[in-house]
Amino acid sequence: MSAPHDHHEHVEPASFAFDADSEAQIAKIVARYPEGRQASAVIPALYIAQKQMGRLTGSAWVPRIAMDAVAARLGMAPIRVYEVATFYFMFNTKPIGKFHLQVCGTTPCWLRGSDDVLRACKDAGHLKGYGDTSPDGLFTMTEVECLGGCVNAPILQVDDDYYEDMDYESTVKLLEALKRGERPKPGSVIGRQTSAPEGGPMVLTGSEE
Amino acid sequence: MAKVTIDGIEVEVPNGASVLQACEAAGKEIPRFCYHERLSVAGNCRMCLVEVEKAPKPIASCAYPVADGMKVFTDTPVVRNARRGVMEFLLINHPLDCPICDQGGECDLQDQAVSYGKDGSRYREEKRSVKDKYVGPLIKTIMNRCIHCTRCIRFSAEVAGTPEMGATNRGESMEVGTYIEKALTSELSGNLIDLCPVGALTSRPYAFVSRPWELRKTDSVDVLDATGAAIRVDVRGGEVLRILPRNNDDVNEEWLGDRSRFAFDGLKRKRLDRPWVRRDGKLAPASWAEAFGAIVQGVRGKTIGAIAGDTVEVESLFALKAMLAAMGSTNLDCRQDGAKIDTSRPDYYLFNSGIAGIDKADAIVVIGSNPRVEAPVINARIRKRWALGGLRVGMIGPEVDLTYPTTRLGAGPGEIARAAEFLSGAKNPMILLGRGALARVDGAAVLAAAWDLAKASGALREDWHGFNVLHQFGGQVGALDLGFVPGQGGLDMAAMLAGGVEALWLLGADGFDAARIPADTFVVYQGHHGEAAAARADVILPGAAYTEKDGTWVNTEGRVQRGRMAVTPPGEAREDWRVIRAASQFLGVTLPFDTLDALRAEMTAAHPVFGRIDQGPLPGCTDDASPAGGVLGGASFELPIQNYWQVDPITRASATMAECASVYLNPQPLLAAE
Repeated sequence: MSAPHDHHEHVEPASFAFDADSEAQIAKIVARYPEGRQASAVIPALYIAQKQMGRLTGSAWVPRIAMDAVAARLGMAPIRVYEVATFYFMFNTKPIGKFHLQVCGTTPCWLRGSDDVLRACKDAGHLKGYGDTSPDGLFTMTEVECLGGCVNAPILQVDDDYYEDMDYESTVKLLEALKRGERPKPGSVIGRQTSAPEGGPMVLTGSEE
Repeated sequence: MAKVTIDGIEVEVPNGASVLQACEAAGKEIPRFCYHERLSVAGNCRMCLVEVEKAPKPIASCAYPVADGMKVFTDTPVVRNARRGVMEFLLINHPLDCPICDQGGECDLQDQAVSYGKDGSRYREEKRSVKDKYVGPLIKTIMNRCIHCTRCIRFSAEVAGTPEMGATNRGESMEVGTYIEKALTSELSGNLIDLCPVGALTSRPYAFVSRPWELRKTDSVDVLDATGAAIRVDVRGGEVLRILPRNNDDVNEEWLGDRSRFAFDGLKRKRLDRPWVRRDGKLAPASWAEAFGAIVQGVRGKTIGAIAGDTVEVESLFALKAMLAAMGSTNLDCRQDGAKIDTSRPDYYLFNSGIAGIDKADAIVVIGSNPRVEAPVINARIRKRWALGGLRVGMIGPEVDLTYPTTRLGAGPGEIARAAEFLSGAKNPMILLGRGALARVDGAAVLAAAWDLAKASGALREDWHGFNVLHQFGGQVGALDLGFVPGQGGLDMAAMLAGGVEALWLLGADGFDAARIPADTFVVYQGHHGEAAAARADVILPGAAYTEKDGTWVNTEGRVQRGRMAVTPPGEAREDWRVIRAASQFLGVTLPFDTLDALRAEMTAAHPVFGRIDQGPLPGCTDDASPAGGVLGGASFELPIQNYWQVDPITRASATMAECASVYLNPQPLLAAE
């Protein structure tokens, strides 16, 4: 099996600095930990760096130089940050598309039709498969393990938002909307209230005799 | 203390000891890969599994603390099966390339597979493959062989203090490396090769050179820095193939600096392997008899002086001193750097706390030194002390990264006295004075100021001697102990080079600019490498390098240690004391010893200090009288060693060290992340 990080084709930015937004968030997070334990904030700090990249460049990833910035900010050895950033697949160590399509393929979603969601992503997003970025730079698709939304399977996570109860058609519709610059409301696409039964409440409706 | 029973053998171990340590105390060998006594416990290889009474499953003995009354079983069917299982997992992804692996024959995995391996593999899937990493000119990586023990990661972070190794990605994709391709910046990186239990990290210069069973091993002592590390010289067919550290808890523990480990290829290049005599202005090959004849002609009736090099053993210095004394000369100097060292008392120039004494210090002021490059192993010892907590380190001199936090107290000698404030309240304060800080016009004043600082901060007590001079080479302290300095009415090096002598005997002296020697001075160069001083010489006498002679060296703490001959000197070169003995005969001042033993007996009679073999510094200070001082100058301290890799004729001749210098001294562009 080849390592996922052995691609050299992408270009690393020459500089990275936290902007005012990010600095404010980091200050808040760092303050949660006792003096001398700032390294505990490494995961949220990496997340903030990734978010900032998304905000400023349209591609939410953590370049190496941003990991260095996190290391400097938290007083860590850079390698300790690289270890964390490469351990969690939620951190993208190479550029991704504008929208990060995260298809859950774990058993409950798979049983409920995640293969259709995957096919719809490929068709509507012009993607060859997992790990691919569309030619227009809009979508990157990755396979993820259980997102914990099994009740409303199958799930498609776009960036931070869960879209639930997906099927082929609704996935295509969602991707087309994203292409138009819209951001449909996250949650169940069949109108399910949170994780309540499909079609509305089934018990405690006052009709039990 | 806890009483533990190991396979029926009762042992007592301290509370907090691990089960593995208890097993070792009982004489039971526990297989392990990740556990190393000088590193933190990782507990990730699972090879050290043992059974403990009432425990539901086997436990990893390296990470399990003992309890009083514990009963441990190290060799039961459960233990053996568990270890076999672990071994099978380790071998799943380990390549079967032992025949082409440099670790073969000294590989922990290979050895333990003999005890716990199966005769075949049940694994039918594809093995994983991992890209090899570039980590510098000294270490070769074959990462397919890595078993993820993380010893290299822990060593880099904990001992070397350069946290550059890490484990990136995870699970099946986990890789040990630096993530960014870069050469490791530690001066102790060679130790990673010793630590690696498999063939993932091997010596680059030693790649495909030899097998361990082909080597003749000679225990010796390193002279390329003043630590005096215990080494083992591995030889095949009269050629030094590698140098490894030996364990010596009082000196180097089990570490060795990269220069000391890898510079030996310089022993094969630019060697002086026959005598040379200058005829009609040009050096021409000559026989020994011709060379001695030329010396007799050139020296007869002239005032003579001698300058000693930095890595010369005391035997030949003693012979040379005796020969010059017989010729009526006391023009001697061993301080090529011009260091203003006061030899009236040994503790004015020794590392009096001892290297092991660093463990007791709680505050250190480093003056005009960068111990990281002057003695990396000693610096690692300071770092180890720092890591335990309760040590503060102040620095007077250029700002350098010592791999642990330091407080900068100033740049020049004017700040020395004020450092007393920094040391106040310390129980065992230490002054670490670099030899480089003495090699300046106001060196004597710096020495006195540092001594007075030690006195003022309570570092000179009957139970603690906190005044330490850090020398740079293995031959420097021995020469001082021997009194290879101007005697009554003798000239020092500066005076000799200013035309004070008509003939000059250079014994391995390559540490100064040979152009300073006046044109009409008759120069005899005796040494092992042909550099500027040899090129200037009128007669060249080929000598032996430190691996080629039995000799006595003294490290910076005054520890007298014996090095042993591992190979014979090349060509017509001879051990230096023999050369001097022969020359004395030609010069009509025959020295009264024919054997090394006779020489040593005479030397020890004259200087009893050389009889204290392998003993550390004398404890404590009973006389705190200051050395003669002077007026402190205002100039900031400068570091004597800028280039760790090339400092003396051997390292300058080494191709490995040249590659290191070119890699590390030129800023490297960072390559893209993998």
